[in-house]
Amino acid sequence: MADNNNLIVYCEFDEGKIADVSLELLTKGRQLATELGVKLEAVVIGDKLEGVEQQLFPYGVDTVYKVEDKRLFPYTSNPHAAVLINLFKEIKPQICLMGATCIGRDLGPRVSSCLHSGLTADCTSLEIGDHKDPKTGKEYQNLLYQIRPAFGGNIVATIVNPDCRPQMATVREGVMKKEVFDPNHKGEVINLDPKKYVSDADFVVEIIDRHIEKSKVNIKNSPIIVCGGYGVGSKENFALLQELADTLGGEVGATRAAVDAGWADHDRQIGQTGVTVRPKLYIACGVSGQIQHIAGMQDSSIIISVNNDPNAPINTIADYVITGDLVDVLPKLIKYYKKNSK
Amino acid sequence: MSLNIIVLAKQVPDTRNVGKDAMKEDGTINRAALPAIFNPEDLNALEQALRLKDANPGSTVTLLTMGLPRAAEIIREAIFRGADAGIVLTDRALGGADTLATSYSLAQAVKKFGNYDIILGGRQAIDGDTAQVGPQIAEKLGIPQVTYAEEILDLSNGTVTVKRRLESGVETVKAPLPCVVTVNGSAAECRPRNAKRLMRYKRAVSPSEKAKLSEEQQAYVDAHPYLQLQEWGAAYVDADPEQIGLAGSPTKVKAIENVVFTAKESRRMDNNDEQIEDLVKELIANHTIG
Repeated sequence: MADNNNLIVYCEFDEGKIADVSLELLTKGRQLATELGVKLEAVVIGDKLEGVEQQLFPYGVDTVYKVEDKRLFPYTSNPHAAVLINLFKEIKPQICLMGATCIGRDLGPRVSSCLHSGLTADCTSLEIGDHKDPKTGKEYQNLLYQIRPAFGGNIVATIVNPDCRPQMATVREGVMKKEVFDPNHKGEVINLDPKKYVSDADFVVEIIDRHIEKSKVNIKNSPIIVCGGYGVGSKENFALLQELADTLGGEVGATRAAVDAGWADHDRQIGQTGVTVRPKLYIACGVSGQIQHIAGMQDSSIIISVNNDPNAPINTIADYVITGDLVDVLPKLIKYYKKNSK
Repeated sequence: MSLNIIVLAKQVPDTRNVGKDAMKEDGTINRAALPAIFNPEDLNALEQALRLKDANPGSTVTLLTMGLPRAAEIIREAIFRGADAGIVLTDRALGGADTLATSYSLAQAVKKFGNYDIILGGRQAIDGDTAQVGPQIAEKLGIPQVTYAEEILDLSNGTVTVKRRLESGVETVKAPLPCVVTVNGSAAECRPRNAKRLMRYKRAVSPSEKAKLSEEQQAYVDAHPYLQLQEWGAAYVDADPEQIGLAGSPTKVKAIENVVFTAKESRRMDNNDEQIEDLVKELIANHTIG
């Protein structure tokens, strides 16, 4: 069963810019579309979309669908869902990718529910491959493998949607790499009439107030990260991590367990359900190394693990393993850095 | 104004205590083998529901959960904290459901329940972290959704005003009732159990729990209707067999793998001053730091 339909990425657009996560998905989408021999398409829904295609074409987009209406910005659930549902009924994409953001995680389920297509959240890898149904023996070619860690972190699951289209997946920001495909690539622009895709009745939720707060922490772009896990043991010990990060000019990150324990803010969480990072230096303190966490930091250039447990799983991917109590080890790192850095 | 409030909740495996027998061979979760807890963000949703009840005397809060019969445990927990009643949607035919089949089943139960003003639930459950079931139920019921809610600021004149906590900041929205509101972990914590309610409802049981009691205990439950929790099956909520359970799930688990990391050749050292100083010097020399 060959599927010649295209791959589409829902692109988020705010303050004149396409979101990074959307460009990352276009980069991955370009690879997948080429492998499938189909077109890469993008859909942008909002207001003041003039020229937005110029931001998209360099990523290898063949078709840009634009749906412009004052009321479509800022994002609300029903109108954006209505546009996608009606558009997908018409163009029948085989794959749809979205950012696993507050928008994508609000929009994706609503669209998948209406179209009865499967949706996999927070994928860490996307591949194309074949599938044979173990019960019916029916064979499928070129399905989207939606790969994500699952369940406590001991396993990675590959999910497929054999019979329903589009195959939908969300991916968090930073998981895929953003790379220009061809700065001179040109595609087609299709302006859609919003009246045909969304009705007045869809505008039911009213935004009364919106406060944009730029996140104070920027761990995604920090070249040095000192990350604490559950083994850090207390909020007080996290202050030690902060001291080391400040000394080295880095940021403090945390595992989910440490965030859940209340020792670090949620915007510092690294891993599948947090931020994915690729720093020059990653110092893991009291981090055991569950898959969900490793998925978010394994591409770090140099990894140092500081852990009481010489057999902590994270040690297998570390370049340097310091076996000891972080309360003793971190002050020494600070001390010897200060001594030698001048 | 008195309200009919539904709280969607899930009994979830405590993902911090996952053992080796957690997965079945077909790739679905072996829930029976795991310690089970009240999904944390569903407790945040319950608190918002109880606040609405406090502000609107005469309102009722009904917990709706889908799962194994033992999910009656979280209904009791919710009742101890202030909920009025609860329903366990449980049936072998519902097993192995993905988020779409789950939301269909729950939406059917909501329709069976009938008259409701607002549906609250946690943003997501800690076992799957998908955040899909809330919006999907809203779509199936044809009503609006407000996700990532941190606080319900007002409910009056057929609308609800909600503060949302997003990655980019804070948004206040107004939605018409009925609607689905999913609540973030950053919302107010749930109130604790109330001692009087605990005494009154500790013997509340679902029909399948009741069946395991002695005749004397069963007679006691029969004589006290407030101790009878409800248990609904797939047929009772008029669920289409094609749309529930494994069969009704468009997503299939193709493979489950234990991940083995390609081990690097790590340099190992103890908490030894000389070795740590050497490491720091090396990192400075190759411009990793400094």
